[in-house]
Amino acid sequence: MIIGLDVGGTHTYAVLLSNKGVEKSVKVTTDHADLFSTVLSGFTQLLESIDPAQIERAVISTTLTTNAIIQQTMEPVGMIVSAGPGIDPEFFRTGDHYYPVSGSINHRGREKAPVNEMQIQDIAKKMADAGIEYVGVVSKFCVRNPSHEILIKRILNKYFKKIFLGHHVSGNLNFPRRIATTHLNAAVFSLHKSFFEAVKKSLTEKGLTVPIRILKADGGTMSLEASMHFPGQTVLSGPAASIMGAIPYAPEAQDAIVLDIGGTTTDIAFLVDKAPLLEPVGIQRGRYKSLIRSLRTDSKGIGGDSTLRVKDGNLTIGPDRQGPAMAFGGPLPTPTDAMVVLNVMDTGDREKATAGIETIARQLDLTVDQAAEKVFKTCCTIILKKTFEMIDQINSQPVYTVHDFLEGYKLSPQKILVLGGPAPFFAQKIEDLYQIDTLAVPNSPVANAVGAALARTTCEVSLYADTEQGIVTAHEEDFAEPISKTFSEDDLMETAYTLLKEKAINSGADPENLEEVEVVEFQKFNIVRNFSPRGKIFRTKMQLKPGLIKGYETVLH
Amino acid sequence: MLKALHKTGLVFFPAFDWAIDPTHPEREERLLYTQDQVTEEGVFDIPGIIEYKPMLATAEDIRRAQFCVPDEAAITTESHLISAGGAKVIADAVMNKEVQNGFALIRPPGHHSMRVSHGGRGFCHINIEAIMVEYIRSRYGVKRIAIVDTDCHHGDGTDNIFWHDPDVLFISLHQDGRTMFPGTGFPGELGGPNARGSNLNIPLPPGTSTEGYLYVINHCVLPVLNEFKPDLVINSAGQDNHYTDPLTNMNFCAQGYAELTTLLKPDIAVLEGGYAIEGALPYVNLGIILAMAGIDYTGVVEPDYNPEKLRQSVSITDKIKKTTAQINKYWSQRFQMREDAGNPGEIQIRHKEIFYDTDNIFERQKERVRICKDCGGCFEIDPRPPRGFISRVSTFPSTPISFAIIPACIEKGYEFFDSAPKNKYHHVFLMDRPKGNYHIK
Ligand SMILES: [Zn+2]
Ligand SMILES: [Zn+2]
Repeated sequence: MIIGLDVGGTHTYAVLLSNKGVEKSVKVTTDHADLFSTVLSGFTQLLESIDPAQIERAVISTTLTTNAIIQQTMEPVGMIVSAGPGIDPEFFRTGDHYYPVSGSINHRGREKAPVNEMQIQDIAKKMADAGIEYVGVVSKFCVRNPSHEILIKRILNKYFKKIFLGHHVSGNLNFPRRIATTHLNAAVFSLHKSFFEAVKKSLTEKGLTVPIRILKADGGTMSLEASMHFPGQTVLSGPAASIMGAIPYAPEAQDAIVLDIGGTTTDIAFLVDKAPLLEPVGIQRGRYKSLIRSLRTDSKGIGGDSTLRVKDGNLTIGPDRQGPAMAFGGPLPTPTDAMVVLNVMDTGDREKATAGIETIARQLDLTVDQAAEKVFKTCCTIILKKTFEMIDQINSQPVYTVHDFLEGYKLSPQKILVLGGPAPFFAQKIEDLYQIDTLAVPNSPVANAVGAALARTTCEVSLYADTEQGIVTAHEEDFAEPISKTFSEDDLMETAYTLLKEKAINSGADPENLEEVEVVEFQKFNIVRNFSPRGKIFRTKMQLKPGLIKGYETVLH
Repeated sequence: MLKALHKTGLVFFPAFDWAIDPTHPEREERLLYTQDQVTEEGVFDIPGIIEYKPMLATAEDIRRAQFCVPDEAAITTESHLISAGGAKVIADAVMNKEVQNGFALIRPPGHHSMRVSHGGRGFCHINIEAIMVEYIRSRYGVKRIAIVDTDCHHGDGTDNIFWHDPDVLFISLHQDGRTMFPGTGFPGELGGPNARGSNLNIPLPPGTSTEGYLYVINHCVLPVLNEFKPDLVINSAGQDNHYTDPLTNMNFCAQGYAELTTLLKPDIAVLEGGYAIEGALPYVNLGIILAMAGIDYTGVVEPDYNPEKLRQSVSITDKIKKTTAQINKYWSQRFQMREDAGNPGEIQIRHKEIFYDTDNIFERQKERVRICKDCGGCFEIDPRPPRGFISRVSTFPSTPISFAIIPACIEKGYEFFDSAPKNKYHHVFLMDRPKGNYHIK
């Protein structure tokens, strides 16, 4: 049996799954000030009268890092960045202990200016004196040549507890995002470590000794040990859990929309043949941009508890929430009240809901029923409008080859999967309004925890081969090997697959879940100097796609 | 906080799967390192910098600017159409005020492609800027446009397309034609009789450095633009003036390009040549993007940049000053020169030789133009690639052309077309720009 636990904004759900389906589920209120107690009480209640020896797997999705970012409780850490030519690195300052240093590597990975070791020594002493314990080191183009980062780390080692290097974060180019991501890993490390060590200890005391896995933003899992190097990857695992929870109900060989309609926000994501769409570079939310692999999600500030108002004769919904719906004792009318009035929902205090919608109806010069209908319809329209905008955006994403321009994949979803509290009510309405096959994911509140429980290990490797320089590298994996002039595309793919498998096993993947390999990117270029060919450059990214582990998918139907 | 002072649109289309041939300078890898640099710098994440996806230009778009012989499909590939379409997308973004300015980093280039195109000349098959300019004029009704071509080669295609057009000011800065393909672009080449002085060609001596380029910009280009008062300034932003370019002999640098862009303030920049793909393009393109967006570019310096080594000699400085003075004089006399060019209604004949280096076609053109004081007149071109030299087009095509505003010129244009004997030519074309019609006989 396996366990999934998902810490949500309001409630935390934990489920126990067997190959027959959901055996048990529990719900506890999320205490953001004490997530440890929340997680522990979830496990405690779930494991009551269950033999822990039966548990083969446990996956946790928390809001720990997300909260640390939002509440700005991240620990002050040091950052050393070496930029070389380009935009002033001062723009990417992460805090007081941020030091741009000399040294430069170019786009081919060639050293153009050396590291100044004295300068690094001085900065190390200064930071150590200021009580800094964790440091991130990022050099521009380190994914092509990490030698400067490695050298700087060697100098810093004796001064600090742990040093995070930019080239380990991702194989993608993007210096500012790499700085932000490396900083995040360093800044949430001790929080993450102490939290999960405490969780692990408590679970061990309960007799639960299976390896703990942690859900990442890309909808995949990693082992607790692997997470210690990249704690930032656990950010925004909440939306990932719900999207993974929708996968069992997604159509095969078709595109689908996933809507997770909550109290204040609706998360929107897409599935292509049951595999979620990923962000091209990494998580971004507003100004915060990172290289953290993530499902492509966006949210709209609208949900069941969004406040209804009338401004200049126009109905507005959200983006704020002033409490629950009036039907459930809240202060102001909400879309949930409209659903209660319309008898779409048969819980809650109908009288109070009607009173709330009446104030809206009066301002709109409508009957109560008309107003409720308008609210409900407007809600669906706003959510779907945002969804269609996202689809347009995805389909108009720039491409860089003639082939992709002419043959590029166009997302065209034929099904909508709705999750969240009010899912069943919305699903029907959306289907009526848009004539798109729409399904409310059954047992919706628990679906997130199920999604977490069933998520398989994901990872990605980026390889770069340069036959002129005679080397194939995957610096993210600390991999570099000499190659001959005849190194081919097949050789590259074989190397990539070996590295990917190795990385997956190290991240806690089961050998039986290593099949969903996908070549995300492949490019091949001739290197020509003075009109004669000098070699080839190959680039590839290969991933283990996010998806569900084998053996459980069907039991949920 | 890092933010674009001016909202800037970018189309980035490196066409990673397209080359003229595998070792040709115009090949797949050309913008690879530029993409690496720009991506690593996080340029597309900067608030106020917006990346657009290109579109495909159509035959109709090309027909506003050029005659393709035998037809558009025969001399273009999808890559050419995406390149021209990329420039159109940037034009739309600028004209619709989604952005303040825009840069189309596209390939293949286009500025050697002329009014009549039989195929590849100087890596160009169709003229990207001209197609864009004619699109802007027909779609948005913009009248006065200035094109400043800063590619190291004479932008002879664009020069040719706007030769008779007094509403398009074309200025080309390039390495002296006596030392460089295509061997044209001398100060005396000033535009047709109805548009004399609206084409300015500024040859620069080999070894011209940043100082020389900026001198010409400050002492000639900017004052001329100031008087011409264009509604739109377009920069054909070739990057082969760079001190490391393998095809040229100049000493320009990334800082210089960025400063030039800051001075010129183009509404739209379109990438042209530039073949130092590793040592120059990543830095030059980054410098131009930052300059357009109004972001500090002082850190964008080539790793091996040494201003002392690139300093231009006193004799070069003198030559540049002399050329600049001469151009300024021509410019100040432009109206008189048009007055003196001939009498209204008169037909003048010009002979021209054009060599297609890529497709190895040698063509002789006979051009007949109607003198007009009120518009660009109308003209007829008889392009004659001799037998034996033609690799792709094994015909004697002919192409009468009209581009006129006033009725007498329009009438004459149709007369050119109607009177072309069908049995003498394989193709007879007419471009009626005011109506937007393209006829094939
Ligand atoms: Zn050129
Ligand atoms: Zn006229």
